[in-house]
Amino acid sequence: METLLNDFSPGLFIVQTILLLGLIFLLVKFAWKPILTSLNEREEGIQGALEAAEKARKEMQNLQADNDKLLKEARAEREAMLKEAREIKEKMIADSKEQAKVEGDKMLKQAQAAIESEKKAAVADIKNQVAELSVEIAEKVLKEQLADKDKQLKLVENMLGDIKLN
Amino acid sequence: MKEVSRSVGNLLLLFTLCFSLQSFASSDSEGEGTVSSADEVNEYILHHIKDSHDFHLFSYTNGSGERKHVGFPLPVILWSSNGLVTFMSSEFHHDDSGKVVVEKNGSKFVKLHSKIYELEAGATEVEFDEEHHAVNAARVLDFSITKSVLGILLVGLLMLWAFSSLAKQYKTKKVPTGFGRVLEPLVIYVRDEIAKPNIGEKKYRKFTGYLLTVFFFIWILNLLGLTPLGFNVTGQLAVTAALAVFTLFIYTFSGNKDYWMHMLWMPGVPVLIRPVLAVIELAGAFLIKPFSLLVRLFANISAGHIVVMSLIAIMFTLKETLTVGGATVLSLVLSFFITLIEVLVAFLQAYIFTMLSALFIGMAVAEHDHDHEHDAHGHEIPDAEDVRGDFI
Repeated sequence: METLLNDFSPGLFIVQTILLLGLIFLLVKFAWKPILTSLNEREEGIQGALEAAEKARKEMQNLQADNDKLLKEARAEREAMLKEAREIKEKMIADSKEQAKVEGDKMLKQAQAAIESEKKAAVADIKNQVAELSVEIAEKVLKEQLADKDKQLKLVENMLGDIKLN
Repeated sequence: MKEVSRSVGNLLLLFTLCFSLQSFASSDSEGEGTVSSADEVNEYILHHIKDSHDFHLFSYTNGSGERKHVGFPLPVILWSSNGLVTFMSSEFHHDDSGKVVVEKNGSKFVKLHSKIYELEAGATEVEFDEEHHAVNAARVLDFSITKSVLGILLVGLLMLWAFSSLAKQYKTKKVPTGFGRVLEPLVIYVRDEIAKPNIGEKKYRKFTGYLLTVFFFIWILNLLGLTPLGFNVTGQLAVTAALAVFTLFIYTFSGNKDYWMHMLWMPGVPVLIRPVLAVIELAGAFLIKPFSLLVRLFANISAGHIVVMSLIAIMFTLKETLTVGGATVLSLVLSFFITLIEVLVAFLQAYIFTMLSALFIGMAVAEHDHDHEHDAHGHEIPDAEDVRGDFI
């Protein structure tokens, strides 16, 4: 212990203190401060670059997702439009068919009505003609038959019977 | 490469040892300047781990039997009773036993075991008592550029040059090139592994400059101590004491209210125990912590030097039992491997000193909000106190 204390040199202690103080001061001013600042800046730069890259990647992903979404929407829209068109087409066809049927029915009815009325007219006409012919025949028969009284009666009888039958 | 230079270093040290043992003996006559016995080896080793006033490289004995010392003198700067005195250390003529008296400014100086003494007025030579203490001379305040101071200056300039050129590189490019590429990870290592975890994300920045300086200062000087130049700066008590005092000042003056509160009037314990705890805490903060710092570094580095030199000395001390060849091989193998370990210790001690400094600073500035921080997974992040608990 005594040797150790004897070895301790106060002069060297003071010199070392002064030199170390100077060394710390100079190194901090000319070396450590700029080095640490640059290191921090560089690390922050790297951090920033990494974050920016990550952000860009996310944005790209978002963009991709947006694109996908748009594409999907477009596809769905096209699908919808096609479906609508098909429906319209079918509806039109159905409508046309319906209309045609209605029209046809109407025409058929008209035709039937016309035929009916024609038939009625024809029947009426035939009746008239038959009546006229009957009258003419009757005239002729009467002219002929009236000469014979029995025959006249018989004729009338026959005629009446015919008419009834008719 | 490092190993190669280290082993070359060992060989040179060996060379130095072979030719220059006890080179600081007062007499230059043949026989006295060399070392072969165990006692002489011990003396040489103990001399080496001390600071020295001249830069001695090696000694040899020339053809006419004279001891020659190769090296260069360093300036001696003393604050004596007659004011500031300066002269070159060569005026002591390599004397280390107080025989050569240098007279300057009316004061007489002798050098004794690497320390300079001023003789009392009227005395012409130093007198010793039975325990070999000088009785008529006193230590003077010695501001000399000793070998250690030279080492500190060299390392300081080296660090200034290396790190300011690294700092300059960042002005023009994002990533340093060349040697800066080696330095940058070390700086980041100290910042991320020592400063940040011990002091905390918010406050580490203010103290990182000191921690970086201390880390590289100690590390480089430790490594320099392993070279055959024989610097033993971090094995000087005065140097490690100055470093420890810096740490003490920093954590004392940056301590916040909580730190002083916990030290002087510990909350959460019975009032009667608080003064006792305060005494313990005060002793811990002002004596034990800095003392452990300074002794740990000093002892490790000194021990390293002593072990390496002792292993080299095996070739002298075991010469008779193992023959010259055997002793030399054993000594080389052992000292080679211990030097490898010393390279590791050089880093480890720098790391430990810096880490503990950071820890002490972290304890002084820690925020005691009494609910511990949680990380993203909900686990507790250990704060400085928990770390300290684990550590002790």
